Amino acid sequence: MKFAIVVFPGSNCDHDAYHAVTKVLGEPAVFVWHKDTDLQGADAVVLPGGFSYGDYLRSGAIARFSPVMESVKEFAAQGGPVLGICNGFQVLLEAGLLPGGMRRNRTLKFICEHVYLRVEHTDTPFTRDAAAGQVLKIPIAHGEGNYYAPPETISALEDNRQVIFRYTAPDGSRDDAWNVNGSAAAIAGICNEERNVVGLMPHPERACELAVGSTDGRVVLESVVTALDGAGAVA
Amino acid sequence: MKTKVFVTLKPSILDPQGKTIAEALHTMGYDTVKSVRLGKYFELDVDAGSADEAEKTVAEVADRLLANPVIESYRVEVE
Repeated sequence: MKFAIVVFPGSNCDHDAYHAVTKVLGEPAVFVWHKDTDLQGADAVVLPGGFSYGDYLRSGAIARFSPVMESVKEFAAQGGPVLGICNGFQVLLEAGLLPGGMRRNRTLKFICEHVYLRVEHTDTPFTRDAAAGQVLKIPIAHGEGNYYAPPETISALEDNRQVIFRYTAPDGSRDDAWNVNGSAAAIAGICNEERNVVGLMPHPERACELAVGSTDGRVVLESVVTALDGAGAVA
Repeated sequence: MKTKVFVTLKPSILDPQGKTIAEALHTMGYDTVKSVRLGKYFELDVDAGSADEAEKTVAEVADRLLANPVIESYRVEVE
């Protein structure tokens, strides 16, 4: 199966994603420039991390107007799996593909460290190979990852089982001290109602090899491969 | 037509930057400053036949781009 990795001006984790997909998973991947609208027949789309448009105005606020986003919206509407990582998650929020918004981290600091995420639900294309309750050690690197949505939206997300990743202690227990950026309900990642669009602040593509300290992120990318291969999509 | 847009975090949203500035002011001795909210300020020069028309356009722009309605509110002024 083929991955499309979208490149916005200011994306800087596009090559990390490309490396993880092609070198670790051994799957083909193409870069799609933000001005292009052709996803080149990809089976899954990754919006990578970085600082699209220099984070001008708000993180992700300008990138959502890039021509490629119309194609990404159409791809998502047809049920195609879309993964937004870090800035990619922020773009999905600004584009309205996922609900909510991001505030500055509550410490006001840019945080770059490994955190622990509990997989809350496995019925998404990006978590199907994980175990419910599994704790993943994955790095974050952001200044604006303090997730916010109004209380009624948070309730709806919980009721619909759309909270996919939560910041927890290493043993998977809820502990505000481990909710490093102060996110509402310790939310690290969510999906849409249809469950094919997933966004998360941590970087699974940077946790795919022991040389970088963790391989826990592999399951996120591997899941979508088995999800699509299992569904009889393009092999 | 000159217009101004002020974007601030909604009152229900904690503003850690504003809070930090307030604490700095208290350190400086400005104890009378009770709180600080930080925001963004935009100046838009708009071609419009009337102040109402300019305000309508700018409010739409603020709603669609300048502010993120999930966390921010905005106020428009037409000169």
